[in-house]
Amino acid sequence: MNDNNGYAVRTDKLTRRFGSFTAVDAIDLAVKPGEIFGFLGANGAGKTTAIRMLCGLLAPTEGEAWVDGLPISSKAEEVKRHIGYMSQKFSLYNDLHVIENLEFYGGVYGLDKAEIRSRSTELLARVGLEDKGRTMTVDLSLGYKQRLALGCSVIHRPNILFLDEPTSGVDPIARRQFWDLIYELADQGTTVFVTTHYMDEAEYCSRVSIMVAGHIEAMGAPEELKTKHDVPDMQQLFITLVNR
Amino acid sequence: MKRILALARKEVLHILRDPRSLAVAIAMPLGMLLLFGYAIDMELRSLPVGVMDLDHSQTSRAIVRDMTAGGFIVDAGRIHSRDEVERGFRRKKFLAVLVFPEGMDRDLANGNSPTIQLMIDGSDAATAQTVENYLSAVIARKNIEILREDLGDIKPPLEARVRFLFNPELRSPDFVVPGLTAVIMIMICALLTSVAVAREKETGTMEQIMTTPIKPSHVLIGKVIPYMVIAVLDATLVLLIGRVVFHVQMAGSWWILAAYSLLYLFISLALGLLVSTLAKTQQVAMTVALVATMLPTLLLSGFLFPISGMPLVLQWFAHIIPATYYLEVIRGIMLTGRHWYPFELGIMIVMALFLMSVSMRKFRSRLD
Repeated sequence: MNDNNGYAVRTDKLTRRFGSFTAVDAIDLAVKPGEIFGFLGANGAGKTTAIRMLCGLLAPTEGEAWVDGLPISSKAEEVKRHIGYMSQKFSLYNDLHVIENLEFYGGVYGLDKAEIRSRSTELLARVGLEDKGRTMTVDLSLGYKQRLALGCSVIHRPNILFLDEPTSGVDPIARRQFWDLIYELADQGTTVFVTTHYMDEAEYCSRVSIMVAGHIEAMGAPEELKTKHDVPDMQQLFITLVNR
Repeated sequence: MKRILALARKEVLHILRDPRSLAVAIAMPLGMLLLFGYAIDMELRSLPVGVMDLDHSQTSRAIVRDMTAGGFIVDAGRIHSRDEVERGFRRKKFLAVLVFPEGMDRDLANGNSPTIQLMIDGSDAATAQTVENYLSAVIARKNIEILREDLGDIKPPLEARVRFLFNPELRSPDFVVPGLTAVIMIMICALLTSVAVAREKETGTMEQIMTTPIKPSHVLIGKVIPYMVIAVLDATLVLLIGRVVFHVQMAGSWWILAAYSLLYLFISLALGLLVSTLAKTQQVAMTVALVATMLPTLLLSGFLFPISGMPLVLQWFAHIIPATYYLEVIRGIMLTGRHWYPFELGIMIVMALFLMSVSMRKFRSRLD
C-alpha cells in the first residue's frame, strides 16, 4: 500500500479473535494527521481491543494497520516511539509524587535528564498541576489524575495519541477542561485517537467512527453523518446505528 | 540503560514508601535467623530421665552418676511405683525411665546377669533413638568396669574412637545458618519480585509500560535490580550475624562462597520472574511463590531434614530444587573448606540458563 504515509492511522481489514469470539471484525479506518478522531461504540463493541492492537499491545489475528506509516505486525516496537497511550485505568503510580510519575515515564521513553526536567515542569503547568508536583498521586482528585495521566502519555511528544475513555467517571467541568487540553494538543499537530461513550464529546471531534459488535457502522464528520442519517444529534445517530 | 535506571529508581521509591515490603525484606530474614538459631536448636540437651531404684546399691547410684555426667541427661528424680511411671510419661516429666531390679548388686556378686529395664517415650522417634543409644552406651561402659574389677585390667577387644569432623561439637548454628542463607535468598528474590511484577499488572501500569519503547527484558532487569541488592544485603546480614552472634565457622573462602551465591541468586530471580509471568494478581503471585519456592526449600532441600531419609518420590523432588545444590556448596565451603563443586556448579548453571530463557520468553511486550 503506497497511500499509508499520508495517514496517521490506517487499518486494512484489521481483525482480532479470542477463540471463537471475534472482537474486532475486519475494520477499515483512515485517520489524517492532526485530526481528533472519535472512536465511538457501545461497551463491548471492540474499541479497546482495536486500540490495543494499534498500540502494539495485542497482535492482529488478520489484516494490517499502519500507525504513522509503520505496519504494526512487523514494526510494533518502532510504532511505540511515535505514540502515546492513556488507558481507561489511567496507569499512574499512586505511591509516587505527581512529578515522579512524569519523570518515570520520561525515563522509560528514554528522554535525557535535562529534557525530563524541562518537560515535566512544562507539562505540570499545562495540565494545571504546577503547585501539586510534590503531592502524592493517590491524594489527587479523579479529574486531576486524568490530566496527569494525559501529561505522562505525551511527555515524549508523540505524533499520535491514543486515549481510551479518558473522561469516564468525572464531572462535566473536568471533562470540559480535559477536552481543552485535547484541542491544545491537536492544535500543535498531534493526532488524537479517542474513544468515548459520551455523545456530546463526539461533537467535538473532527471525524468519528461508530463501532457496533466488532464492525464499523459509520465513519465521517459529525455534521456529515447527522445529515446523512437524518438525525438531530450524535446521541440519536448512535442509538439508530446500534439498534439497526 | 537510562530506561532500566528509571525503572529501578521507581522500584526503590515503591520499596521505601511501603513500610510493609521493607519490613518483609529486612525483618523476616532476621526473625528467621533468630528463630532457627535459638528456638529450633537441633542439639539435644538436658533430657529428663527418671530412675526407679529398687536396689539402692552402689552400682545403681554409680550408673545414675555416669548417666548425668555429660549434661545430656538430667536426673528427673526417683520413682517409687509403676503408677508414677505411667503418670510421669504422660505428663512429660521424663522421656525415659531406668528400673534397677531389687537385688541387682547381690545377683552381680553371685555371677548372675541382672536385667536393667529401660523404658523410653517413643512419641518423638528421633529423640527416643538418641536416648536409647546414649543409655545403652552408659551401661556398656559400666559392664566393662565391672568386668575389670573381677578379672583385672582387661581391655575390650574392639574399641571405637569417635571424632566428628568439620563440626566437632555438632553445633547446630553451623548447620542452620548456611541453610538459612539459601532459604532467605530464594524467598526475597522469588517472593518480592513476583509480587512487584504482579502489582503492576493489577494496577494496569504494566500495560502502560508495554506501550513505551522499553524492551521487555529491560523492564525485568530494572525491576529486579533493587530486589537483588536487598537479597545480597540480606544474605550478608545473615552470614554476618551467624558469624558474630552464633560463631558459625568459615573453613573456606568468603569470595568463593560469594561467587557460588551469585549464581544461586540468579536462579532465584529467574524463578521469581517465572512466577510473575504466570500470576496476574499479587495474591496469586504470593501463593505460587510460597508454594513453589519457599516451602520446598525449607522442607525438601536438606535444610532441616536429610534428603537420604525422605521417601523416594520426595527425593526426586529434592533434586529439582535449586537450594539442594546450593546447600551442598555453602555447607561444604563453610564447614569443610572444599571449594570445587563441578557437579553442583554444572546443575546450577543449567538451571539458571533454563529458567532465565523460559521466563524471558514468557514475558513479552504484548498482552496475549
